[in-house]
Amino acid sequence: MIEIQNITKKYGKKTVVNQVSAVITEGRLTAFIGSNGAGKSTLLSIISRLLKPDDGKVIIDGTEVLAWNQEELSKRISILRQSNHMNLRLTIWELVSFGRYPYSKGQLTEEDEEKIKEALEYTEILDLKDRYLDELSGGQRQMAYIAMVIAQDTRYIFLDEPLNNLDMKHSVQIMKILRKLVDDLGKTIVIVIHDINFVSCYADHILALKDGMLIKTGEKKEIINSDVLSGIYDMNIQINTIDGKDICIYYT
Amino acid sequence: MTRNLIRSRTDKRAAACLIILAAIAAIAILLFIFQGLNQNNFDFNFPRRIKKIAAMILVSICVGYSSVVFQTITESRILTPGVMGLDSLYLFIQSFIVYLMGAEKLMRMNSSLHFILSVGAMMAASLIIYRLVFRAEGFNIYTLVLAGMIMGTFFRGISSFLQLLIDPNEFSILQGSLFASFRNINEKLLGVSCIIVAVSLFFTRKDISRFDVLGLSKDNAISLGIYYDSLIKRTMLVISALTAVSTVLVGPVTFLGILLVSLSREILKTYRHRYLIPGAVFMGIISLPVGQFISERLLSGNATVSVILNFIGGIYFIFILLKESRR
Repeated sequence: MIEIQNITKKYGKKTVVNQVSAVITEGRLTAFIGSNGAGKSTLLSIISRLLKPDDGKVIIDGTEVLAWNQEELSKRISILRQSNHMNLRLTIWELVSFGRYPYSKGQLTEEDEEKIKEALEYTEILDLKDRYLDELSGGQRQMAYIAMVIAQDTRYIFLDEPLNNLDMKHSVQIMKILRKLVDDLGKTIVIVIHDINFVSCYADHILALKDGMLIKTGEKKEIINSDVLSGIYDMNIQINTIDGKDICIYYT
Repeated sequence: MTRNLIRSRTDKRAAACLIILAAIAAIAILLFIFQGLNQNNFDFNFPRRIKKIAAMILVSICVGYSSVVFQTITESRILTPGVMGLDSLYLFIQSFIVYLMGAEKLMRMNSSLHFILSVGAMMAASLIIYRLVFRAEGFNIYTLVLAGMIMGTFFRGISSFLQLLIDPNEFSILQGSLFASFRNINEKLLGVSCIIVAVSLFFTRKDISRFDVLGLSKDNAISLGIYYDSLIKRTMLVISALTAVSTVLVGPVTFLGILLVSLSREILKTYRHRYLIPGAVFMGIISLPVGQFISERLLSGNATVSVILNFIGGIYFIFILLKESRR
């Protein structure tokens, strides 16, 4: 279980995250939603220890995040940021094998190889394993990064806008993989996501942020609701039920 | 526990290239030592050449290691300690200590002691550089290159100014032992230098595989369990010590580092530091005697080794700048 207590982060005088407290429950897909600049990515970075908060604590499985032995912690949580500009020229296999670093420190064992292969099969890019990342489409590259995180085999997985710049096919494919990770392997996944309909169709739990504050938290059913969403996004959002799925219509 | 070392194709290729580089480096060393040696001049030349080549190997290790690693921690293909003016900073520190303590006192002092004092000061200064480079978020890489160039010129200027302030008689005595060049290699400090290099590399030997992960990006490295801040700080300390060693042995060679690291990358085509670092070191061991040969034989001493290396390295640097800006 991950507990967030009174997290505050300021950039200069601007408070980006303001006294946020929440609990992220295990075995669920939690989505952080909100407008641009609401503090979602910053909060995600703080929880996953990429950023240090100015105030507040993050407690992962009973121990504060910075008190954890980082090498042990990397077997328990993994994070993928949205921009993955890289200087290195790597093949997919090489990239994904980095996911095993917490376990093998660069010397792959047979077990590591097996895990890498599984991750590549999970993301359906095994046949591309010897291709270089810079030869791939944006969607395939994102799949490779997701595969790296899967190979890291952590209980908690954090993803910062994993669908950014992807086409519908890859977006759906990624969300299905995440769903499978939660349902079949019992992983706990937290994502920052903009497309509200992906949240509505694939997430379990929602944390809504606005101007750095946590304004609403609850099960998907409670949040995917015209009044609540209008409050979060400051725009009129209609909900239609199509084939049993709540679809938000906001193209006014 | 069975620990199979599973190697990919790129690894095998890199290992093969590395063996070839090592062989060429060995030939370069032997040529440097035995070229033109006969029974008459053996006693005179042999020990001098051994010392000289030892210094060159040590400089190659320092410059090769620090340049590869500096590029990794700054996530750039352009910055090296030389480009950032770290060697000029060392010259400045050295001159400053001479100025403060007075040359006379220093002459009586053990030169190794003075060296160690300078290395200590250099390591402290590098932590300030660390703040400049790593804490100033949103600094673009070209700003850093520019800042480094200015810093290099600035420190070199200040150190020549300080040298003017030192009594000329005392300075001329000190000059030989303090301000080295390839023609005037500081052999007295070879022993201490060896110890400093060996100790720094021994204590950070486990970092080699961490640098591979760092190459992915800061965020990914933290996610994979690297203690980012302490690794960067530790590495900056090692880099500054190694830069001090190479500068004290042969003086500053601004563009040698960029040459070694880029050639190593081009040839080995790998991201693994366990290949890249030796690759850069071997390139150094090959190019320094060759530079010496060009300087002494082809140009009959009209251009020094550092001038030649800076000329070639500088052109290469511009080439890399253009290539990177197009990406």
